[in-house]
Amino acid sequence: MTIPVRPETDRRIDELLRRFPLRESALLPALHLIQEEQGYVSEESMEYAAAKIGVSAAFVAGVVSFYTMFHRSPVGRHHIQVCQTLPCALRGTRRIMKHLEERLGIRRGETTADGRFSLVAVECLGACDTAPMLQINDQEFGRLDPQRLDEILERLR
Amino acid sequence: MAFEPILLRNIAKPGSETIGSYLASGGYQGLRRVLKEFAPEAFVEEVKASGLRGRGGAGFPTGAKWGFLPKATDRPRYLCVNADESEPGTFKDRLLIEKDPHLVLEGIVLSAYAIRSGTAFFYIRGEFHEGARIFSRALEEARSGGFLGKNILGSGFNLEVIIYRGAGAYICGEETALLESLEGKRGLPRLKPPFPAVVGLYGCPTIINNVETLANVTLIAERGAAWYAGIGRPPKNTGPKLFCLSGHVKRPGVYEAALGVPLMELIHEYALGMMHPDRPLKAVVPGGSSMKILPASKCDVLMDFDSLAAAGTMLGSAGGFVMDSSTCIVDALLNIARFYAHESCGQCTPCREGTGWFVKVLRRLEHGEGRPGDVDLLLDVARKVEGNTICPFGEAIAWPVQSYVEEFREEFDDHVARRACPLARMAAS
Repeated sequence: MTIPVRPETDRRIDELLRRFPLRESALLPALHLIQEEQGYVSEESMEYAAAKIGVSAAFVAGVVSFYTMFHRSPVGRHHIQVCQTLPCALRGTRRIMKHLEERLGIRRGETTADGRFSLVAVECLGACDTAPMLQINDQEFGRLDPQRLDEILERLR
Repeated sequence: MAFEPILLRNIAKPGSETIGSYLASGGYQGLRRVLKEFAPEAFVEEVKASGLRGRGGAGFPTGAKWGFLPKATDRPRYLCVNADESEPGTFKDRLLIEKDPHLVLEGIVLSAYAIRSGTAFFYIRGEFHEGARIFSRALEEARSGGFLGKNILGSGFNLEVIIYRGAGAYICGEETALLESLEGKRGLPRLKPPFPAVVGLYGCPTIINNVETLANVTLIAERGAAWYAGIGRPPKNTGPKLFCLSGHVKRPGVYEAALGVPLMELIHEYALGMMHPDRPLKAVVPGGSSMKILPASKCDVLMDFDSLAAAGTMLGSAGGFVMDSSTCIVDALLNIARFYAHESCGQCTPCREGTGWFVKVLRRLEHGEGRPGDVDLLLDVARKVEGNTICPFGEAIAWPVQSYVEEFREEFDDHVARRACPLARMAAS
């Protein structure tokens, strides 16, 4: 089997395998590493992780599909995750989502044709004091209104 | 309102997350004292005497939990830190992790010492990228300062802390699902018994404590159980507490007060009252989304474990959210139900199917397609979910459904009768 990740990532996964009393514990951190490198977790990467850890590819697929942060297909370069849970909803997340859909010309769950932006609704991100809020990749933006959203999008273009 | 912050005493200082700042304000003195003056068992007794109850949701006495570990065992013992803060309305642990990680870490070292654990896992929700980065730096700082690693402060006690990032699953905040996740699996809760104290991580005795709980352990080590037990409403509701307030208040945030602070004081003095002065208070969920709702008429309550239980709800994770008169309660419940339907692990039929039914029925009520009998159907399904699942997730959705309907029955019936929602819809539902 060819190794679908960079040698550096492969080496870091080897380190993970030594860190835990049980090899399987390395799976989540290994998947995070793979996704950091490749943007998503491909079928090929799942098979690689399975072989590395010593579990079946089906086991890995089960784990990947259980956790919402793992993507099974590529997402936009800027992955916009809008919190839609009640504390954000009370402060206008609906308007935020609508504005983003209009500005980006896509619906939630879609990616722009140029691959720049993907837009999803997510559940509570634990920042309700800044509602309505969202995450773009691993960065948070809160206290949103349409004007602030436009400024944020402008900086990403 | 005149509560001098204890848990949040450092957070306003610039660079509060660094060990330099922490040491300058007396950090790690409690650890020094305990390692010198207390045997592990004696410190367990000290924490019992403080009255500290877990800050993660259930409010179980921390010292008593530690006491459940088997006395004689040659297997390793593990401490797992539950930093998987995911209960909607809750954002207090994040604040501690990001702004005062050493306060939490000192509590981890103390607690691991108390339960004789050499390895602690810090399970942090995957979305807390910044928190994981900050905590990782804190671990390095503590290692080079001699507060972590081999022979901590010359005591002979060794501890390693390993950060483990979740990957987006509310259920992993349930302690046995957290253990499954740490073992690299899907986060499906385990049947109890056996309890984690006996059979936990890797089949070994394990204690799982919440971030804020551990920060409180630091305070107890610093100033003693007697001092701690004098805060709040002794003997069963002691200590300082972080309260989250969000929704329709003027200044949402995390506020520290003694356990037993009045809810209305939190809303009006800490959070500066309602966001729109012309819209009166309609309801508050005081403890996070899985707790029962309090209509405005029942909001004159004290915010502690036992007062809220007496009022028919729970302190939970103290993730309070406030709703004003513009809120449609059916829509609010639909939002909560959608959350639980999305987050159900799918293991138990009543929860997997029940959450789907709640969404389906609530959606048709909210969209003017409600049928006669729908409101009773909600209660009927809730009865069948409650108590019939492996973990408390079943109650976490059954309780909101039951209480929202019971407290606001007319509003639900009105949706059926008018075949419409009388208020503007807010949620992306």
